[in-house]
Amino acid sequence: MHLPFVAIRLALCNITRQDETMKTKLFRLLAVCACALASVAAQAADTIKVGMIVEMTGTFADFGRHMVNGATAYMKQYGDTVAGKKVELIVRDVTGAAPDLAKRLAQELVVKDKVDFLAGFGLTPNALAVAPIATEAKKPMIVMNAATSIITAKSPYIARVSFTLAQVTEPMAHWAYKSGIRKVYTVVADYGPGHDAENTFKTAFTKLGGTVVGELRVPLNNPEFGPFVQRVKDAKPEAVFVFVPAGELAVGFMKSYNERGLAKAGIKLISTGDVTDDGVIEAFGDSVLGVISTHHYSMAHDSPENKTFLAAYKSVDAKDRPNFMAVGGWDGMAAIYEVARQLKGNIDGDKAMQVLKGMKLLSPRGPIQIDPETRDVVQTVYVREVKKVGGVLLNVEFDKFDAVKDPGK
Amino acid sequence: MMKQPGQLPPYIQALRSRERWRGAEIAFWLSWVAVYFLFPDSLLFASQILITGLFALSLDLILGYAGIVTLGHTAFFGLGAYTAGLLTTHGVHEPLLGLAAAAAVAALAGWLTSFLVLRGSDLARLMITLGIAMLLLEIANRATGFTGGVDGLQGVEVGALLGLFAFDLYGRVAYCYVLVVSFCLFVLVRALMASPYGLTLRAIRENQRRAVAIGVPIRTRLTNIYTFAALIAGVAGALLTQTTQFVGIDVLGFGRSADVLIILIIGGMASLYGGFLGAVAFLLAKDQLASLDARYWLFWLGLLLIVMTLYLRGGIMEGLRKLAALTRWSRT
Amino acid sequence: MISFLGILFDGLAYGVLLFLISVGLSVTLGLMGFINLAHGVFAMAGGYLLVTLTGQFGLGLLASLPVIFVLVALGSLVLERVLYRPLYRATPLEQVLLTVGIIFVAVALATWLFGPGQQPLALPPYLDGQLSIGGLDLSRYRLFLIGVGIVITLALVFGLERTRFGARIRASVDRQQTAEAMGIHVGRVFQLTFAIGSGLAGLGGALGVNVIGLDPQFPLKFLVYFLLVVVVGGPGSVSGTLLAALLLGVADIASKYYLPQIGAFVIYAAMILLLITFPHGLLGRRRSS
Repeated sequence: MHLPFVAIRLALCNITRQDETMKTKLFRLLAVCACALASVAAQAADTIKVGMIVEMTGTFADFGRHMVNGATAYMKQYGDTVAGKKVELIVRDVTGAAPDLAKRLAQELVVKDKVDFLAGFGLTPNALAVAPIATEAKKPMIVMNAATSIITAKSPYIARVSFTLAQVTEPMAHWAYKSGIRKVYTVVADYGPGHDAENTFKTAFTKLGGTVVGELRVPLNNPEFGPFVQRVKDAKPEAVFVFVPAGELAVGFMKSYNERGLAKAGIKLISTGDVTDDGVIEAFGDSVLGVISTHHYSMAHDSPENKTFLAAYKSVDAKDRPNFMAVGGWDGMAAIYEVARQLKGNIDGDKAMQVLKGMKLLSPRGPIQIDPETRDVVQTVYVREVKKVGGVLLNVEFDKFDAVKDPGK
Repeated sequence: MMKQPGQLPPYIQALRSRERWRGAEIAFWLSWVAVYFLFPDSLLFASQILITGLFALSLDLILGYAGIVTLGHTAFFGLGAYTAGLLTTHGVHEPLLGLAAAAAVAALAGWLTSFLVLRGSDLARLMITLGIAMLLLEIANRATGFTGGVDGLQGVEVGALLGLFAFDLYGRVAYCYVLVVSFCLFVLVRALMASPYGLTLRAIRENQRRAVAIGVPIRTRLTNIYTFAALIAGVAGALLTQTTQFVGIDVLGFGRSADVLIILIIGGMASLYGGFLGAVAFLLAKDQLASLDARYWLFWLGLLLIVMTLYLRGGIMEGLRKLAALTRWSRT
Repeated sequence: MISFLGILFDGLAYGVLLFLISVGLSVTLGLMGFINLAHGVFAMAGGYLLVTLTGQFGLGLLASLPVIFVLVALGSLVLERVLYRPLYRATPLEQVLLTVGIIFVAVALATWLFGPGQQPLALPPYLDGQLSIGGLDLSRYRLFLIGVGIVITLALVFGLERTRFGARIRASVDRQQTAEAMGIHVGRVFQLTFAIGSGLAGLGGALGVNVIGLDPQFPLKFLVYFLLVVVVGGPGSVSGTLLAALLLGVADIASKYYLPQIGAFVIYAAMILLLITFPHGLLGRRRSS
């Protein structure tokens, strides 16, 4: 593994020789690169290689890191050998929403590294761009995070272990109506997933008999939430439904919500779990207490599997809080291990998909199943409230909807 | 100055020598052909480097040759990319038609917005072009029904080239396609820049007042070159769509504009090859650093850029020129 | 009417924040013509310093602010000596390359030290929540922000118009060679101005944590906004930067409240229109070298 590194270092030193023309320099560089690449490809074929295409840097750096940590934690917990073969994780940084880069990385993973599985995908466009590669190369593609409904339809080799936005949004509409809320103002981020969340909530809520008194779409590059929250306050709804991606938008919204005293004015905050994401919830401080959300995973979930997961995650990264993306990485590896076990280490694309379809796993989040027809995840969606437990902010589950399928299909 | 019979006047000799292809140039293009045979597994990467190089070349035309600073050039790249993609989703699958359409749309956009870059200070132009690109990005983000928004344009299916060559998993057809198109455009650009037309552009960049004084029609020249550069950027964008069979909203993003500017500065401006060399260096460095340190490669890249500015002024082309001068000097 | 005043107040607070962060860049650009795209790095440093000082060291917010100003100013001097000075005579694009490299290094460092996520910041209770003044609910923190902004603007204006040093700065911006001929050590003037401008950026970044958030991508995300404010206001002009910042802040906030559908477009459209009408900025001084 170190050989290519050394080769490249040598090459870079030699480039500055002054008695060479540009032509020979170029050929030298090309030759060295060829040797480097060849040595990488010549590595042992007795391993099950999993190529993870994830966002490790940039605005979405959180996504990739959590997924990789989750996958690594799984391998640490259950060992890195399955069915007599070693499991190797190859991580490639896709730097953010860069579908052309994702496609190139996928192609290189398949053709050069000869991976058996493609996995990861924090963002939808990256997953969509890679889908044709999975189909053409017949490699199972495990989606560990990206949450748009259409993804699984793009290739018969895709299986998702994360969630879809529609899957966690619709139950919120039901719960809101059930608890007596009739007038809701929706605030979503102005991009594809935001529009989806808005539509899903509105359709479900109005079908039940509630009214959406106002809709706001907030630009993605929005440092200041003041005017939007003020509009909501002036409209005086019973609750405000929020969907924004986890991170600065969620933090910005929460700050504004608290500062303008919306809770005191009687406007409840209901959202999807992206807003109260376990990974970033500490950044809110106490301002986020009492927020109700629906999601498929909470750190506070009380089950032996979750305890194992939390302990294993801590041994990989003690400073970080695991969240639903980390669970996606964990369960993705669990699925891969299960496939390897059933196929006795000989990973064939079509046979792998047969194993994946209908697969049931006991995840740290609760029971999950991969739908045999849509290859999408079927799972329990919990309704949680943010409480302080032992000095730590947690999403405490108090209600649930079992076996929710993706309503977006 | 007695003119020998049969000898051309010096200014024609100078022009002719600009037009002549150097050995290094031929070697450069031949090495791209060699890449096809030497790196059959990395052809997708190689085509993306070429596409970026072409895009950088288009920026070089207006930045290096005409002196217009712009941070919104990716608007044309994105327009070309979306045009090519949308054409296929509406039933036209032949890639060459997509290329032509993308070129036309991007050129039109360039021509329409050229008046904005003709006046104003450098900084004002920079921000205006940036503003336009950001507006376009936001429009593409909103119009999810039309562009697919952040999730990207769905259903881009590019047909076989000329009805014969289908785009394959290994990217072989894609690579040859990109190489041929890039080379043709390059030859066109090179001929243009080596001609007296190209010299008038240099004149405009170096001293506008004097150029006016010798009768160079500044507004027309700048408008034309801006339109032409937009056309090439549009073609580059279309090539990306056709070789990846996808259009992501990042084709209009600020990151791409910034990247291509960095690439051009690294490579060296007003040299036609600066864009390609910069693209090779930057993308290779990024790729290698990312595979060595997936989390913090940005740190090393930044360090590389800082070191480059402090010790290698003028970019790679300048460094090569100095090397060439040294070898020439040491030989005499 | 009430809501309009409230929106105006919010817009002014946002504008003050933009002003604090951008004024250093404007003066640097106007004074030396040096394009320091990495200006946002100083603001980010200020933000992270605030989080560390109030979090790990338990210093109060008010007490931290002057410390941050001094620390960031000193840090910027080191950077100026080592990296910026060799490139004063370089082309603008080489300065762009250098400062972009600095941004990359800073972003990666911040990610390594603090992680890629948002930073939590606990506000002291007297700055939290809202104050009711005449029927309006005004955010305490934004009142504080505007207060700080007024103090600093007055200090800057006083410093520029009434002190010897300010006169030296103005002279160096207007006619650099003549200033040198008169015995003004332009290099030293620039160093000090650079330090003050960066210190102010650090202050602005620290004050902004509660309003616009803080994560390692800060210098890249807000680069467009700083450049916008500086170029629209006119490089080299403090009052121009203030005017542009306030205008753009109010326009952004107001449009998001009254016309949320086009809210995102307004700031870019406003910038384009303003720049077409005033190509050298609202109150720009033309640099002569």
